[in-house]
Amino acid sequence: MIMQFNEETFREDYTFHNSDWAINRFPFPFHEDSYMYAVNMEQHRGGPEGSIYEKRFDVDEHYVAEMKDRAMVLSDDPLRCQSLPHMTLAGWDLLELIMVSKSEDYPDLFELHRNGDKWHWINKPLGIEDHFTFLDETTLPYGPMEYITRQTQGDFCVLDQRDDNLWMDAGIVTTQADWSLDFDIGMNFFEWHAPVPLAHEKGIFVRALKFLLNIQQGAPARRLNWTMTVNPLLDTSPENYHKWGVQKTEITPENIGRKQYLRVELQTFFRLPRSNGLVFPIRCYLIAFEDLVKIPKWGRRLHRVIRDLPVELATYKGFIDNRPMMLDYLSEFDDGEPTSDGIWPDRHLE
Amino acid sequence: MSKFNFPESIMSRPVYGTLEPRSGKAHLMVADAQGAEAIIGLSKADSGLLSKTHIIYIPKGTGDTYTGKLEKLGAAQLYVGPSYEAAKTRLQRTLAGAHMGLQVYLSGTEGLMGQAMLEATNAGIPHTAIQTEHRGSVARRMQCVHCKGITEDVMTDPFVCSHCGLSLFVRDHYSRRLAAFQGVCIDAEDPGNVPASVELYK
Ligand code: HEM
Repeated sequence: MIMQFNEETFREDYTFHNSDWAINRFPFPFHEDSYMYAVNMEQHRGGPEGSIYEKRFDVDEHYVAEMKDRAMVLSDDPLRCQSLPHMTLAGWDLLELIMVSKSEDYPDLFELHRNGDKWHWINKPLGIEDHFTFLDETTLPYGPMEYITRQTQGDFCVLDQRDDNLWMDAGIVTTQADWSLDFDIGMNFFEWHAPVPLAHEKGIFVRALKFLLNIQQGAPARRLNWTMTVNPLLDTSPENYHKWGVQKTEITPENIGRKQYLRVELQTFFRLPRSNGLVFPIRCYLIAFEDLVKIPKWGRRLHRVIRDLPVELATYKGFIDNRPMMLDYLSEFDDGEPTSDGIWPDRHLE
Repeated sequence: MSKFNFPESIMSRPVYGTLEPRSGKAHLMVADAQGAEAIIGLSKADSGLLSKTHIIYIPKGTGDTYTGKLEKLGAAQLYVGPSYEAAKTRLQRTLAGAHMGLQVYLSGTEGLMGQAMLEATNAGIPHTAIQTEHRGSVARRMQCVHCKGITEDVMTDPFVCSHCGLSLFVRDHYSRRLAAFQGVCIDAEDPGNVPASVELYK
């Protein structure tokens, strides 16, 4: 497949857009007509051809534009990428995992040539070619985690595993759903999840952590998470909330279809071989309401999910004020017909 | 000597206990303001304890209310400093020279305990091995998530960031690495509409 990369922006004039291909493969996160937090994890062993699950690190039409946006965020605020001193080895593990996966999964786009510890990396879409020595930081322009994640869509948390817990000791976070790496770095699994409502009481985090601690090398796992964002703004950070928060008030019945986005995160979990750390890529997919409702099942179901979502979740996810307007819009696409099980579309755009 | 009972909160928010004497050859007590009361309590619970103890104390607005009492406890070392900032290098030096098994006791405001805790954990003492007891003001040390500046002794919600001037609401989300709670812009979605400040826990 020859991939076309969109020329688009995730800020100011917001020219971001999804092709029909991207809409058809959008990771719609609701497998039934209601939603509640659950330990929703499964093995990450590929998926249907062309789906976002197929490859270990999905590359799509937004790749080049997303990497430009990340570079801008980092230039404005270098604290979005941090690594505590003991995490460098895990950074090399991550660099290896991504370079090997991408060069195997997308040989037309990425090449990795290894001769002992002399590595040669070619990234065609971004026009990058580097020779470096594996495990020698002085031979790369950035630390290993930052180097490779400036070339990979999605945020990355690199977790140290000790004392039967996971510690957020490194990461690059520029496309987050309103949480701060700079604040959370060094925290453990329960501490960084502290603000989440209801899930602690349901025992979800205790069970989720147990699952994560047992993830083995070569047997990654995945889950979907979701929220709402006004405008296709990747950097919904707390750092910049005083700038973007006001955009939530700019929704009107006339513009909601094109300005309101469902934001879905494909979260994956990989064990890292040398450091025994865990890496947690959080890949963000955005879809405008007006595109989402082109799939009749999705329009019907999203209406029902948003309508019945507990207030605590709508508040935490930051759209409680706009929920009535969302429901007015979405109800037009809910004819009351039953929906089929599972997340997959009931019809494809041609 | 009344103690404030913090309501139950989220899991990143520190919880404080009551200091108890532990056995050991060396003890370090760091306190500010009414935190002195907890030290005096320890000396009553174990009369031999203080002769093996280094006290670092910052009166912080309590003047000499407690300093005389602390002097009478017979501590191996007693330092009374004008501010935490001034005392910090002494604390770091003490921790750097400490032997295994040093017992650490922190008491007073959350800001004092959080910062001293950070120094102790940086020196390799696990945070679970450090005792804490809250005394005195419920003021908080806050990080502005926007400009990253720290505002000390925040008593109201919302408050004005002492660095960038934004009006911030007070979260319970707490970072041990920063020894601070998180402050977030309160009028981002309705610029200029800042509700009246209320005293914390009032
Ligand atoms: C080790 C990997 C993980 C990392 C680094 C991580 C990180 C985070 C962070 C930073 C937040 C935002 C919290 C805030 O409001 O400040 C969050 C939210 C959340 N996490 Fe995780 N998480 C991980 C794994 C999991 C797993 C395995 C589950 C499984 C149930 C889970 C469930 C949730 C839920 C339900 C939320 C609330 C999301 C929402 O409603 O939008 N997390 N996570």
